[in-house]
Amino acid sequence: MLELKNIVKIYQGGTVNETCLFNEFNLTIPDKQFVCVVGSNGSGKTSLLNIICGSIPIEDGAIIIGGKSITAMPEHKRLRRIGRVYQDPSRGTCPSMTILENMSMADNKGKPFNLMPCVNRKKADEYRAMLAQLGLGLEDKMGVMVGNLSGGQRQAMALLMSTMTPIEFLILDEHTAALDPKTAEIIMELTGKIVAQKQLTTIMVTHNLRYAVEYGDRLLMMHQGHLELDISGEKRKGLKVEHLLERFNAISIECGN
Amino acid sequence: MNLLLSVLEQGLIYAVLALGVYITFRILDFPDMTVDSSFPLGAAVTALMIQAGIAPLLTLPVSMLAGALAGVLTGVIHVKLKVRDLLSGIIVMTGLYSVNLHVAGRANVQLFSFNTIFKNDMISALPAGIQPYAPVIILALITIIAKILMDAYLATRSGFLLRATGDNPTLVATLAKDAGMVKILGLSIANALVSLSGCIMCQYQRYFDISMGTGTLVLAVASVIVGTQLLRGLRFLRATTAVVLGSIIYKGCVALALDMGLSPFDLKLVTAALLLVIIVVGGHNRKKVKRHA
Repeated sequence: MLELKNIVKIYQGGTVNETCLFNEFNLTIPDKQFVCVVGSNGSGKTSLLNIICGSIPIEDGAIIIGGKSITAMPEHKRLRRIGRVYQDPSRGTCPSMTILENMSMADNKGKPFNLMPCVNRKKADEYRAMLAQLGLGLEDKMGVMVGNLSGGQRQAMALLMSTMTPIEFLILDEHTAALDPKTAEIIMELTGKIVAQKQLTTIMVTHNLRYAVEYGDRLLMMHQGHLELDISGEKRKGLKVEHLLERFNAISIECGN
Repeated sequence: MNLLLSVLEQGLIYAVLALGVYITFRILDFPDMTVDSSFPLGAAVTALMIQAGIAPLLTLPVSMLAGALAGVLTGVIHVKLKVRDLLSGIIVMTGLYSVNLHVAGRANVQLFSFNTIFKNDMISALPAGIQPYAPVIILALITIIAKILMDAYLATRSGFLLRATGDNPTLVATLAKDAGMVKILGLSIANALVSLSGCIMCQYQRYFDISMGTGTLVLAVASVIVGTQLLRGLRFLRATTAVVLGSIIYKGCVALALDMGLSPFDLKLVTAALLLVIIVVGGHNRKKVKRHA
């Protein structure tokens, strides 16, 4: 279980531009829940993910996983049990290394990065099979530099790489936003498959309301640092895109845009 | 013939330096000014040890250790104290100047009467026909070993992490590793190689001079760029091989220019101008653009 307790996050504190994003924000996510988060720009979606991962500091509050506080834990240690895919496809892979090298490196997450050779040729077939299920033809390009791949191909790899090793949480930060509709569809299907297969607790931020309705078993709509909507269970099943859009427009009008 | 031999010898000495700078400049994308002082640091340590009558071969690992420490210092200043990369190198470079003076004892130390890795009983025992070639053979041996070890290291898990850190620090964090620590490690390896190069240089020219480090970074960067840009077409060459060749080519060009009447006064000016031309024409900046594509 992931708990956020009384989180306070202030941007540009101590200046005239001081803005308080989260004031006593609370959220509890049970194990194996797939949460979709929607909301307008600046509503705090990405900040929420960054706070969970430890990428940004918080002013007050506690982040608790399985009863233990991880508030003081540095980012890289938290990410040991978290897989994260970013909106920018170039952040999840190494451009000057080959597909095989990238996959090998991702496969070593959680193990020591010592003086053992990193690429294990015996595992190449395993990686090839993983890549083949994408249907992007990557399995025949094991020796190609990742920098030469398209955004969609790189994002597919980033998703595979972040979920290769045993993890508990998957954090998806608008991971289909930079992709064309067809590739986005492929990546989303793959996401659904991986989450179901590995039973991951997942938080997905998206601007695509259709994905938010189709995937996951809980939906959060954020607005100015608080939860505008929190739908799960029976109510979640009957949810339509139109309902969301209506609510979305309502809060946008309140803001004056 | 003599010119060719001395070009080869000096090129090989600076190749070790260039291999070190390749790690910081190319792999980590870190402009490491420390090298201007860790190069003479290796020489100072060597001068001290040789004068004390310690076996010349021992100077190699000891000077590497000294260089590694200098690299760690720069890394800690940059990563832990959050000082900008260029500035942290300059701070350590400035401080090491005094350290080098203390280690060597004087601004100039001559070692003509002492044994070195190039001048000892074993080499004197070689047939007279081979003796003139002994330095180049020893240097080739050291450089090739350094290159092979570096290739092997870059293929290890730790080496992969080093490459990833320069390429995409975000990914390193996602792999649950601290990119800062990897940077410190990379800086220590790089400066160990730079110091080793200084150690060899000191024994080769048989004197230590406090100012021998001036312009080391530019010289090394020139070698790295000449190697990786000029030989870019030869895809079968490993980057490390290209860097070694680049260093020899660069030394050859300098020797040729001096031979053709270039005044040593103008050498640095020509080097700087040439470096600028290579960077602009060779499109070194392209790497950054591509990364964000």
